[in-house]
Amino acid sequence: MRLIATFIILFVFWMVMAGKFDLFHASLGIISCLIVTFLSGDLLFKESRKGRGKEVVRFITYIPWLIYQIILANFHVARLALSPKMSELINPQLIRFKVNLKSDISKVTFANSITLTPGTITADIVGDEYLVHGISQPVIDDLLSGDMEQRVAHVFSED
Amino acid sequence: MEIVTIIFVSGGLFFFFAATIGLLRFPDFYARMHATGKGDTLGGFLIVLGLAVYNLFHGGHGGFDLASILTSVKIIFIAVFIFLANPTATHAVFKAGLDSGVVPWTKEGSR
Repeated sequence: MRLIATFIILFVFWMVMAGKFDLFHASLGIISCLIVTFLSGDLLFKESRKGRGKEVVRFITYIPWLIYQIILANFHVARLALSPKMSELINPQLIRFKVNLKSDISKVTFANSITLTPGTITADIVGDEYLVHGISQPVIDDLLSGDMEQRVAHVFSED
Repeated sequence: MEIVTIIFVSGGLFFFFAATIGLLRFPDFYARMHATGKGDTLGGFLIVLGLAVYNLFHGGHGGFDLASILTSVKIIFIAVFIFLANPTATHAVFKAGLDSGVVPWTKEGSR
């Protein structure tokens, strides 16, 4: 089941990349995808546990919100960079805070979301403690309000 | 549809511009990472998206056929990889700075 799903995803990707749908190119694709599936078919879906489908659906609904946040925060950083009073507006600082996320994948998703939204970069994760560098007070307050953490926790059913 | 492309690409150029200004003006290594690491993500994404829209209606053999759709999908893949690679690289450079002991600039420290 896992191998079949891997093969289908690989083959669709091949077809999009090839752009030619005749028998010759399709059979080349089938041969290559079979070899790749045989060699490394266990990489794509590592463990099969329940609730995967729900996570994928929730993650897709999480992406638009994340892009909205990225655009908002990008405007904030652009305003900081272009403002003549930049040195008063910025307040760079390293902060440590604890999160309640449990699994590795939710921690990584949260860390990458922090780094993607401008103004905050995840420097390190030790256990459940995050070390984050923020450039100004508003983005740090935003982060510490825990809104993003709750959304990530909701995606992975940990709330 | 040219107007959509123009809006996307000039929006992207604006964010690249702000990122470059930020790189020159921010006080230290870590603050500069904020400007370039992120401005590039959205700027690059907007430019690539604008090109994909343009290609969708003007690429291929006269626009909006299978060839132009496939090329646009490939262009969108570039944007996806930018979104995956950029935060990872930013984090790696940032962590390397912390590990080698570059002291972060703070407002209190400068007074």
